[in-house]
Amino acid sequence: MTERAATLSWGRYPRTRQTLFRYHDRHATLPATEYPLLPYGNGRSYGDSCLNDGGVLLHTRGLDRFIAFDAVTGVMRCEAGVLLAEILALVVPQGWFLMVTPGTQFVTLGGAIANDVHGKNHHRAGTFGAHVRCFELLRSDGSRLRCSPTENTDWFAATVGGLGLTGLIVWAEIQLRRIANPWIASETIRFGGLDEFFAVSADSDDDYEYTVAWLDCASRGAALGRGLFMRGNHAPALCATQPRAPTGRLSVPFAPPCSLINSWSLKTFNTLYYHRQRTRITRAIAHYAPFFYPLDSLLAWNRIYGRHGFLQYQCAIPGAQGHAATRELLERIAHSGMGSFLAVLKIFGAIPAVGWLSFPRPGVTLALDFPNQGPATFRLLESLDAVVATAGGAVYPAKDARMSALRFREFFPQWPHFRAYIDPRFSSSFWRRVMEE
Amino acid sequence: MRKVLIVGATSAIAEAVARLLAARGDFLYLVGRRAEMLEAIAADLRIRGAARVQTETLDINTIEHHAALLDHAAAALGGLDTVLVAHGTLSEQAACQQSVALTFQELHTNALSVIALLTLVANRFESQRAGTIVVISSVAGDRGRQSNYVYGTAKAAVSSFLSGLRQRLHQAGVRVLTIKPGFVDTPMTRDFAKNPLWAKPERVASDIVRAMEKGKDVVYTPGFWRPVMWIIKSIPERIFKSLSFL
Repeated sequence: MTERAATLSWGRYPRTRQTLFRYHDRHATLPATEYPLLPYGNGRSYGDSCLNDGGVLLHTRGLDRFIAFDAVTGVMRCEAGVLLAEILALVVPQGWFLMVTPGTQFVTLGGAIANDVHGKNHHRAGTFGAHVRCFELLRSDGSRLRCSPTENTDWFAATVGGLGLTGLIVWAEIQLRRIANPWIASETIRFGGLDEFFAVSADSDDDYEYTVAWLDCASRGAALGRGLFMRGNHAPALCATQPRAPTGRLSVPFAPPCSLINSWSLKTFNTLYYHRQRTRITRAIAHYAPFFYPLDSLLAWNRIYGRHGFLQYQCAIPGAQGHAATRELLERIAHSGMGSFLAVLKIFGAIPAVGWLSFPRPGVTLALDFPNQGPATFRLLESLDAVVATAGGAVYPAKDARMSALRFREFFPQWPHFRAYIDPRFSSSFWRRVMEE
Repeated sequence: MRKVLIVGATSAIAEAVARLLAARGDFLYLVGRRAEMLEAIAADLRIRGAARVQTETLDINTIEHHAALLDHAAAALGGLDTVLVAHGTLSEQAACQQSVALTFQELHTNALSVIALLTLVANRFESQRAGTIVVISSVAGDRGRQSNYVYGTAKAAVSSFLSGLRQRLHQAGVRVLTIKPGFVDTPMTRDFAKNPLWAKPERVASDIVRAMEKGKDVVYTPGFWRPVMWIIKSIPERIFKSLSFL
């Protein structure tokens, strides 16, 4: 276990150093070391929740074996380092799909549980954790806890969304859903502002399994909050068109010295993207990959933000506060001139998340990314935190690299209860930051 | 479908090869020392499409069990047409230099056990006048170097043995494929600092399967190792002995 490396999270900020311990054998014990441990899957968390500066990262990608798959019931059990992409490659041809998928398929199963990820069907299916039947949690005392909604239920609730802090998820069993084919019948609707977004969303949530909106957040004034609303359902068995899976992927070969995303490119991209469709509504049959994972086709896209990386910001704002708070957030961003390249807006449904520290809650969620321009960026995000806190919302730990300890405790008041379940030998850069340890 | 015996089936390269074979619906017989790991790999390969997977827990250094092993594999798969030999240990050079016993043990694991098993496999395939023998040797066998010459000696013996075997079995229609990987990022090499010369086991595995399909004789993987090793082999010993960095 002498391998030391500068490991980056997806946002390429912050930069930390830790020792790597690669797991290959699910029967193996945790390494003997005095340094704190943290599971690390495929490094798709944006900030420092998957980093452990000065400690040990337990690399789980070597735990990539399927354990059992029942093609009749759609129950899949596999080791925690299997990528969702690997699960889909195996089960889609057999007529199954994930109940919930995040916006990239390059996350591990363990990571999806530890962050209790959500997808475009949150209003229908809740979070990823709602479809986890059970998993095994390896604790540093050597015990292996089998956790499910009916066994070790407190450990289950602590570990789903528990940021890898409660122990190592070794394997997990999930329920899949039936599909007739790999295609999605989708519609894209242009909307001129936030009011229209909320109206289209309310109108769509009953009839469409998947809904999400892209926002042009470089626009101000009357155009503030305009964007494209995407909604879709799994295509019927007798599907008229049958698009092929996308082939070939491009990759960003290196991180340029400065970010390619700046106020000029941002404004241009957002305007062009908004006007890419001439009619108010377009319909298409799409393969599931470009529908769910548009950014996966550009490998290492995070490098376009340059050497200083970028900061993701995703917040959720409950109930009636959502509309006004979202407007306030967008105004602050537009005013700062640091608009986000990709801004995503979605209405979360009412299904409660199973994890104590899970992020999704009924209301509206807004996700943005900002090139790291130093203190100005951090000041903007802190001012967004204030809006979110006032509205009783929360910021997503999986995407965070900078929220203050004070804000974290406001956003997740249940943290003292969760803390009792952290493994004494586990920790992360994120956790030490928000606990001010 | 191929009927494949894989020795050293828990090694990272063997497992990656087995996944590619499973995706073709092949029949697989996995041999290794760790029973739990073998079972985990077998279950995975079944889900990935292998038509049949059976396992046997065996230390391949127990040469007296080789004949029975081949019988078990052939019985379990209904015949045998391919053998992949992938077991090995990365000898710790410094420790070997202090211990004749350890040196001999490393040579036994990495060379003698392979030669013993292949002697039986060769006769079996020669009499059935068909079969493919695939063995993971190493670029380390191309020239002895101070950093790992015990391991290199074993791999050189294996490579030479395979060269002779290939010539002998050619008439019988039996193919012998020597695989020479360079640095591969696996649990066996976890304590080494990695650089861009290191390859992933999946890359090496796809080279191996392609070579099996194309009927190649000797394959370097990744391919750039062929010219690199040609240069290293071409350096006169008078100069080579003073190149401490190699």
